Amino acid sequence: MKSFRSHRGLVATLDRANVDTDQIIPKQFLKSILRTGFGKHLFHDWRYLPDGSPNPEFSLNASRFKGASVLVARNNFGCGSSREHAVWAIQQDGFQVVIAPWQQRGETRVPAFADIFRSNCGKNALLAVELSEPEVEEIMQMVDRYPGLEATADLDHQRVTLHLAEEISFHFEIDAAVKERLIHGLDEIGLTLKHEAAIRAFEASHNPQWRKSP
Amino acid sequence: MSQTLFEKIWNRHAVTTLPDGTTILYIDRHLVHEVTSPQAFEGLRLSGRRVRRPELTLATMDHNVPTDNRLVIRDPISKAQIEALEANCREFGVTLYDLTSDRQGIVHIIGPELGLTLPGTTIVCGDSHTSTHGAFGTLAFGIGTSEVEHVLATQCLPQTKPKTFKVEFTGRPKPPVSAKDLILKLIGTIGTAGGTGYVLEYGGEAIRSLSMEGRMTICNMSIEAGARAGMVAPDDVTFQYLAAGARPFVPKGKAFEEAAAFWRTLPSDPDARYDRTLTIDAGEIAPQVTWGTNPGMVVDVTGRVPQPDQVPGYSRKDVEQALQYMGLQPGTPMTDVKVDTVFIGSCTNARIEDLRLTAKVFKGRKVASGVRVLVVPGSQQVRAQAEAEGLHEIFRAAGCDWRQSGCSMCLGMNPDQLKPGERCASTSNRNFEGRQGKGGRTHLVSPQMAAATAIAGHFVDIRTWAGMPA
Repeated sequence: MKSFRSHRGLVATLDRANVDTDQIIPKQFLKSILRTGFGKHLFHDWRYLPDGSPNPEFSLNASRFKGASVLVARNNFGCGSSREHAVWAIQQDGFQVVIAPWQQRGETRVPAFADIFRSNCGKNALLAVELSEPEVEEIMQMVDRYPGLEATADLDHQRVTLHLAEEISFHFEIDAAVKERLIHGLDEIGLTLKHEAAIRAFEASHNPQWRKSP
Repeated sequence: MSQTLFEKIWNRHAVTTLPDGTTILYIDRHLVHEVTSPQAFEGLRLSGRRVRRPELTLATMDHNVPTDNRLVIRDPISKAQIEALEANCREFGVTLYDLTSDRQGIVHIIGPELGLTLPGTTIVCGDSHTSTHGAFGTLAFGIGTSEVEHVLATQCLPQTKPKTFKVEFTGRPKPPVSAKDLILKLIGTIGTAGGTGYVLEYGGEAIRSLSMEGRMTICNMSIEAGARAGMVAPDDVTFQYLAAGARPFVPKGKAFEEAAAFWRTLPSDPDARYDRTLTIDAGEIAPQVTWGTNPGMVVDVTGRVPQPDQVPGYSRKDVEQALQYMGLQPGTPMTDVKVDTVFIGSCTNARIEDLRLTAKVFKGRKVASGVRVLVVPGSQQVRAQAEAEGLHEIFRAAGCDWRQSGCSMCLGMNPDQLKPGERCASTSNRNFEGRQGKGGRTHLVSPQMAAATAIAGHFVDIRTWAGMPA
């Protein structure tokens, strides 16, 4: 797998909550048997008008976001379908980092990213950064105010920095195992296969009657 | 120490737990379909790996399948994806229920039908609705394509242990309120991310009173609440379902008795602790209809399209965007909303019980003029059973289009799609923008609500609607 340590790039904002993977990459593009070619279809139905021209209303089409590689959105990003094509599309359109806020609802902390999407990000070295709502709000406002604003996502130090005249940094939490794998670009299948002896031992004693085909 | 149903299964499948907290979880069954697997098989090929346990892996095609003439796939890209699955299954020795098989169907419908879905086991599939199988007291969850490759290669998945969330449905739903209404009510209550990071366990009198079909409907939509998995403890209803019918993968005779004795140990211990609990009175739940562009945007059928600033958990902007897409005015009674299309199908609601209930509503009636109705059985077995019972004649006499099995209009990867602006009452699971076809407007409802809507031409409260059969 590719590794991820640190990335600096232009920040683009998508001011929407509950962005589902059907929006990220609509179903008609899931028919490919390849891992490539999804980038131009990212957010297809929002991004293009029916005649195929770019929709000027869609924020990511703004010229000031051309070349952006850090995407900032709202809570519950990547919900819905398990399609890993969503992560591939985001990466292949040039993004290396996605930032979204967790949210407090009553006594519950609602994570920034849907579970399967977050997991898929980890497998592809797309960094999913979870910040608080006020922090994401601040980033959105700064991006509005300062066209061309760049940010650095530093995984080693678990820090996002906005490169303003006076830099602002935000700390983020990330699962230690995910961080380790990302930093070293570890082959997860290879890691699991290191436990071959344990897997074999497990298989030898596990549910014999269910392992048989009819 | 007392354990939940989830913890019992998790602990039994932990091959090893690493110092960083990751557990290598053993997977008993891996279901594969054509959309999320080609890149995984390609990954195996590139790294020179094989499928570790082909006999625990089972494939079918469902997403791309046309539901009229299934053997003629006109879309060359769909056709290529289906052929890739056939070739991969041949190359790697995986059993495939293909389009000529009388066992083909939506992957989450055929798993239980075949008896592949057994209590106390772990099941994964590259599809978020894998949560369906949790209805049997199974730990079942959807995975991405990299994870599909991982399971193919190792029969294991490195996982971080999720938290547990008990949802207790007390009382009994008052028919014709059904399982679909219960799960939509839950999603409306906790939101589409309310279950993120948790495994849901559904319990209470209402769940115990449900058939396996109803329990599957509920577990199916756990993912719409953000939960990767939803579970129901196995009981006599489960065991009767498993023992009935031709389910080749269910252990037989003495082996069944032994398995059942084990299955009876699976329910959560009485004093088991959950990270979160919620109680909902099922007796108070009304038929549900979604008004927006995610399953949490839902109201009672007696309700109205909401005002943009009056929806808990959603910003004014979220609601305005949803209403604009849906073409709805705030304050409109839901029963005034007319539909163009009705879709009865999907892994949520295309089992035989769903078709029986809708046939009862359609019997002796006609679909409203101008309304297109697709009835799509979840599998070829469901289709055959429905035809044996004469249900297809009832559907056809009412003016419905009776189709072959597949995912159909649930996700529009095949020819069954909505046109821009078309409004649909759908028994499926997602009302996302464009889900059923670009510009299509989806309202999620139960099968009986869908059937009644087809006849009336607009949403009706099936508790009071004059056309409702006794």
